[in-house]
Amino acid sequence: MNLTLKIWRQEDSKAKGRMVDYKVTEISEHMSFLEMMDVLNEQLVNKGEDPVAFDHDCREGICGMCSMYINGEAHGPDRGVTTCQLHMRMFKDGDTITIEPFRATAFPVIKDLVVDRSSFERIQQAGGYISVNTSGNTQDANSIPISKHAADEAMDAAMCIGCGACVASCKNSSAMLFVGAKVSQYALLPQGQVEAADRVRNMVAQMDLEGFGNCTNTGACEIECPKGISLENIARMNRELMKASV
Amino acid sequence: MSGFFKSSIGRKVAMALSAFFLMFFLLQHFAINILSVFSETTFNEVSHFMGTNFLVQFVLQPVLIFGVVFHFVMGFVLEIKNKNARQIAYVKNNGAANSTWMSRNMIYSGLAILAFIVLHFIDFWFPEINTKYIQGDWTGMHDGIEGYRYFHELQEKFVNPIRVVAYVVAFIFLSLHLMHGFASAFQSVGGSTIRKKRLQSIGKAYSILIPLGFIFIALYHHFNH
Repeated sequence: MNLTLKIWRQEDSKAKGRMVDYKVTEISEHMSFLEMMDVLNEQLVNKGEDPVAFDHDCREGICGMCSMYINGEAHGPDRGVTTCQLHMRMFKDGDTITIEPFRATAFPVIKDLVVDRSSFERIQQAGGYISVNTSGNTQDANSIPISKHAADEAMDAAMCIGCGACVASCKNSSAMLFVGAKVSQYALLPQGQVEAADRVRNMVAQMDLEGFGNCTNTGACEIECPKGISLENIARMNRELMKASV
Repeated sequence: MSGFFKSSIGRKVAMALSAFFLMFFLLQHFAINILSVFSETTFNEVSHFMGTNFLVQFVLQPVLIFGVVFHFVMGFVLEIKNKNARQIAYVKNNGAANSTWMSRNMIYSGLAILAFIVLHFIDFWFPEINTKYIQGDWTGMHDGIEGYRYFHELQEKFVNPIRVVAYVVAFIFLSLHLMHGFASAFQSVGGSTIRKKRLQSIGKAYSILIPLGFIFIALYHHFNH
């Protein structure tokens, strides 16, 4: 298939960006979206032009690095996939595809489609862990009874790969689905409950410091999340913070 | 606890609590107004009670005004903060793919409701305050009207078709605001709206029936004066 791509080009974090049109030809419908971008970049390099910078790593939907906003949706029009799992069969011959970086004040553009998502790392560092000394005398985790329901919900929350699609999709650039998932995955398990109050207080405080917007429960984050993280996690985070504050 | 209300989640919860209060008030307002369709006398008596009762006038009314002002001011504060969280807009954004129009446009439906409240205050609240607190007339009577004046005043307002249309449009916006706001408020205070389908159904029923009821009252008095 032959496509027209409208891509956000931005020299560096300080430069003013703009949309630039490119043509790509003979794209196979079996290619992934990132493979199509590779074809474009080969064309650009062969012409002596600067290739389009974009994030990618595992290319199998696990690392959460690919971060494009394709035709007005994070990770493109398919559901439950990251950009690397998006296939060109989702588009038609002759389509014009708009490709932009994830937009949020807390996700500044570094170059072209690459954004700085270290704000997520700082939120995680504020409390997204368990302070257990694992030097040899720790109790075997399997000896602590955990209900199937709690274990399943914790595992569902832990599916979050921190890609930032929730922030990119939210009209308010809210990070509450990400933080809610991180708070929930520990709050649901006995190992995480010891530090639950400090965790939620510190992570929410860091989230607010980073300049993310406020959740207005539109549900866009849940729909666009490649891992199906539920809004239930935001409700749980709200309950956890209320509990921690009284 | 003061730290909680300074956090983004705390503000969200405060917004939800004020929404619960306003939704309860709306229900009570509707319950009184619908009486005007069934019985002029009962409507007049209840209106006079509400308009002259010490608790309603000096406790509930100030709380209501605070609730309304707080909900609007906090709504604007959060909207500005949210706009700042994305300073460069997307060239192409397909919001309809993942969220409802109502959820994305609460600020606009809210502004329409605010404009309506101004009109509603000019129509009913300011004249009432003038009569009672400036002219000092707490009798509920008016020259040339038999019995209490409230039903007569209500009907007189809805003679003008332009006002009726304005009220109908405002209630449509109210319905759109509630369609998202009802379930959103429960989600904000930590309620699981995903699983509680019953709550969502109640929310939809409330969002449609209450504004529809108010529209009915406006139309009823327009065509039956």
